[in-house]
Amino acid sequence: MNPGENGSKPAGRARGGTLAPAPAPAAEPTVLLDVAGLDVRFGRGRRLVHAVRGISLQIRRGECVAIVGESGSGKSVTARTLVGLAGAGARVSAERLALAGTDLRSLSERRWRRIRGRRIGFVFQDALVSLDPLRTVGAEVAEPLRVHRLLPARRVPERVAELLAEVGIPDPARRARQYPHQLSGGLRQRALIASAVAADPELLVADEPTTALDVTVQAQILDLLQAMQRRGTALLLISHDLAVVARLADRVAVMKDGRIVESGPTADILAAPRHPFTRELIAAVPGRKPPPPRPAAVGPAIIEARGLHKRYPTPGGGEILAVRDVSLTLRAGETLAVVGESGSGKSTLGRLLLGLLTPDAGTVHLDGEAWSGVPERLRRPRRRHIGVIQQDPLSSFDPRLTVEQVVGEALRAIGVPAARRRDRVVELLEQVGLGAGVLRRSPARLSGGQRQRVAIARALATGPRVLVCDEPVSALDVSVQAQVLELLTRLRDELGLAMLFISHDLAVVRQIADRVLVMKDGRVVEAGPADEVFTQPSAAYTRELLAAIPRWETPDSRPVELSANEIGRSTSR
Amino acid sequence: MRWLAGRVLAAVAVLWGAATLTFLTLHLVPGDPATVLLGGAAATSSGLREQVIAEYGFDDPIPVQYLRYLGRLLVGDLGESYQQQLPVTTVIGEQLGPTLQLTATATVVALAVAVLTATATAGRRLPGLRGLTSGLELFALSLPAFWLGTVLLAVFSFRLGLFPVAGDVGPTSLVLPTLTLALPIAGILAQTMRDGMDAALQQPFAVTARARGLSDLAVRARHALRHAMLATITLSGWFVGHLIGGAVLVESVFARPGIGRVTLDAINGKDIPVVTGVVMLSALAFVVISGVSDVLYRIVDPRLRTD
Repeated sequence: MNPGENGSKPAGRARGGTLAPAPAPAAEPTVLLDVAGLDVRFGRGRRLVHAVRGISLQIRRGECVAIVGESGSGKSVTARTLVGLAGAGARVSAERLALAGTDLRSLSERRWRRIRGRRIGFVFQDALVSLDPLRTVGAEVAEPLRVHRLLPARRVPERVAELLAEVGIPDPARRARQYPHQLSGGLRQRALIASAVAADPELLVADEPTTALDVTVQAQILDLLQAMQRRGTALLLISHDLAVVARLADRVAVMKDGRIVESGPTADILAAPRHPFTRELIAAVPGRKPPPPRPAAVGPAIIEARGLHKRYPTPGGGEILAVRDVSLTLRAGETLAVVGESGSGKSTLGRLLLGLLTPDAGTVHLDGEAWSGVPERLRRPRRRHIGVIQQDPLSSFDPRLTVEQVVGEALRAIGVPAARRRDRVVELLEQVGLGAGVLRRSPARLSGGQRQRVAIARALATGPRVLVCDEPVSALDVSVQAQVLELLTRLRDELGLAMLFISHDLAVVRQIADRVLVMKDGRVVEAGPADEVFTQPSAAYTRELLAAIPRWETPDSRPVELSANEIGRSTSR
Repeated sequence: MRWLAGRVLAAVAVLWGAATLTFLTLHLVPGDPATVLLGGAAATSSGLREQVIAEYGFDDPIPVQYLRYLGRLLVGDLGESYQQQLPVTTVIGEQLGPTLQLTATATVVALAVAVLTATATAGRRLPGLRGLTSGLELFALSLPAFWLGTVLLAVFSFRLGLFPVAGDVGPTSLVLPTLTLALPIAGILAQTMRDGMDAALQQPFAVTARARGLSDLAVRARHALRHAMLATITLSGWFVGHLIGGAVLVESVFARPGIGRVTLDAINGKDIPVVTGVVMLSALAFVVISGVSDVLYRIVDPRLRTD
């Protein structure tokens, strides 16, 4: 600890609510961050991971630069290296690594601390775990002010309330006294941004700032970041989602396997990508092209739900209506998407259809026979007809089992003799695009896409007629997302499956759904063929959702939701 | 408020259970209750037995005796130690001070040692340091109090003459007993705390705090330590048990006055009223501590506050 380290700086730097930027040498007036030949390595010998391989990057004052790449591309490590927090055991080297003339390469820990939070602010993804759950929101936002001794202690609460108000948090004084778990995801992310900009840094680094958020909230956070940039803060945006950064970034760097494979002005990259990987990324952004029209589903109804209601008690003694009067019919060979934001009741609806919850009112029929309200003993032999695929397959696998055991377990449940299981597992794995090579692997050691394929194989093992997919691609990178969606569509058509597709992501739904139910507060606010819902939405809420989808226009691909977009802008803004 | 009422009700139930068990023990052990109560004092005086029978009403039906017994407990009457010819409350009350002193200092020392070692070693990638401290902790928590006490006595009192050998003669006589009682507790607390702190330092909020300019130590002290405390509060029940059990051994090794000595003497001399009193006191201590730890949970972790 070094008390008094910053004590020599005048405490009353703040004037009129904004803090003056820290003094910077005048050598490079425009380039704020200058990185050249940056290398980051972890481990040694056979365990060596070369996470970042000689990347170069420049950010000017007031500019927004984005690094786009998939998980494992080294983009987050790059971001963290900029604040000297690449991680334990990281070895960093660079030809140039400078912030406004300050060489960051050989900084002592003490001098790093004067840069972190003060000159470079950092916003991490998922504010639920990026804010300390045991401390008030106000204490977290105040931390940079206190650490860098920017204000006398008695003026801190006032400044915290100002900061919270600046990021658009209503009733800031009360919110400052609350704890992170008492705030919604969007408010938490705003509070996290408030804490990152509290000391008025010259550069704000945001690592996947909107990944865990609903589309409408995501749009608000992006607006907020844009406002920060307009006020003169340089922005480095890290994302796996090209559509998100396209709205904000002046320049984009596409990263793959630790290297920047392509970089340039955003418009140029999107319009004329040169590197195949960039093209792949752009093609993978869901919902950019409408799927080819399919003949209307003609299969028989597999699931029929009528007037479903479900209530949950709340801690205060009240109750919330999670699902209110929802009816739906799901036919063989069609995909019915249930769309809504968190808390809309879409997952509860899925669990009602799976027979994991009992409806308070209403009925579910499976194959024309009663499914809800039937004793579990009678229902169990019929469970094989409904398969389920969840967002995070890893937590639905027993971590000690191999892929063969995971899938084999489902086969055993329907009475396939042990001798025949191995062959059947291999068949199933081939059906989902995996080979016998993964049989003995642990699911934990597979990639996210491979894991989801194993989950699909397991769901198919019992020969289901219905697949209930709850956010099946939300945890995946966009290019993997596209492959898994393709697989699901193919399986639906080949096997004549009825598919219920629960998702918060309209762009994904656009790609796969035949019909769409839009849910809000437990109610269905709009239902109809996907084409109609996306091009001529009737409910105001649907238009709001559609308007919030990040998108861009390029000459060769007319933005497909153009009409919805315009309606949305005129009604919701 | 409902929560508090529930807690109090549960506490009363525990105490009532303990009281009932001791009452049953008195009546279920072989021999008549008057003789059992008198223990060693039975032989000394023949009139005493009649006095006890009259006082406790052993001629009355059992339910009447039981209710009378509970009634007396309610007003804090634990009965009489016939061997010491003193009320049990007096016997225990006189010896409570030294024991409270010992357990309080031991608690403070154990917590201090645990906080320091956990804060210093959590999340560090120095296998040597970690291995050494966790080895020492394992050693400390496996040490029996009588052995540790004897060794400390042999080295610091007999060999070096730094501390008094026995008795309660001012602050210096508290040092060795405190260490004997505190070290094994510190061993376990340090391990759970470091575990909790390791987990907290892995969380994204720890990196976020570093990215705001906090030093590594400040992240530990201001953020991770509170998370580590949560795991520690869970252990408070075990902690009290260990303190009470440990106090019995430590007080007898160091020949200190206190509840431990009282208990040991009472058990050896079959002074049942005093044993009963000690049991009730321990039950009370457990009930109070579990209440306190519930409140502590709510203070440390805002997510548990229901209002």
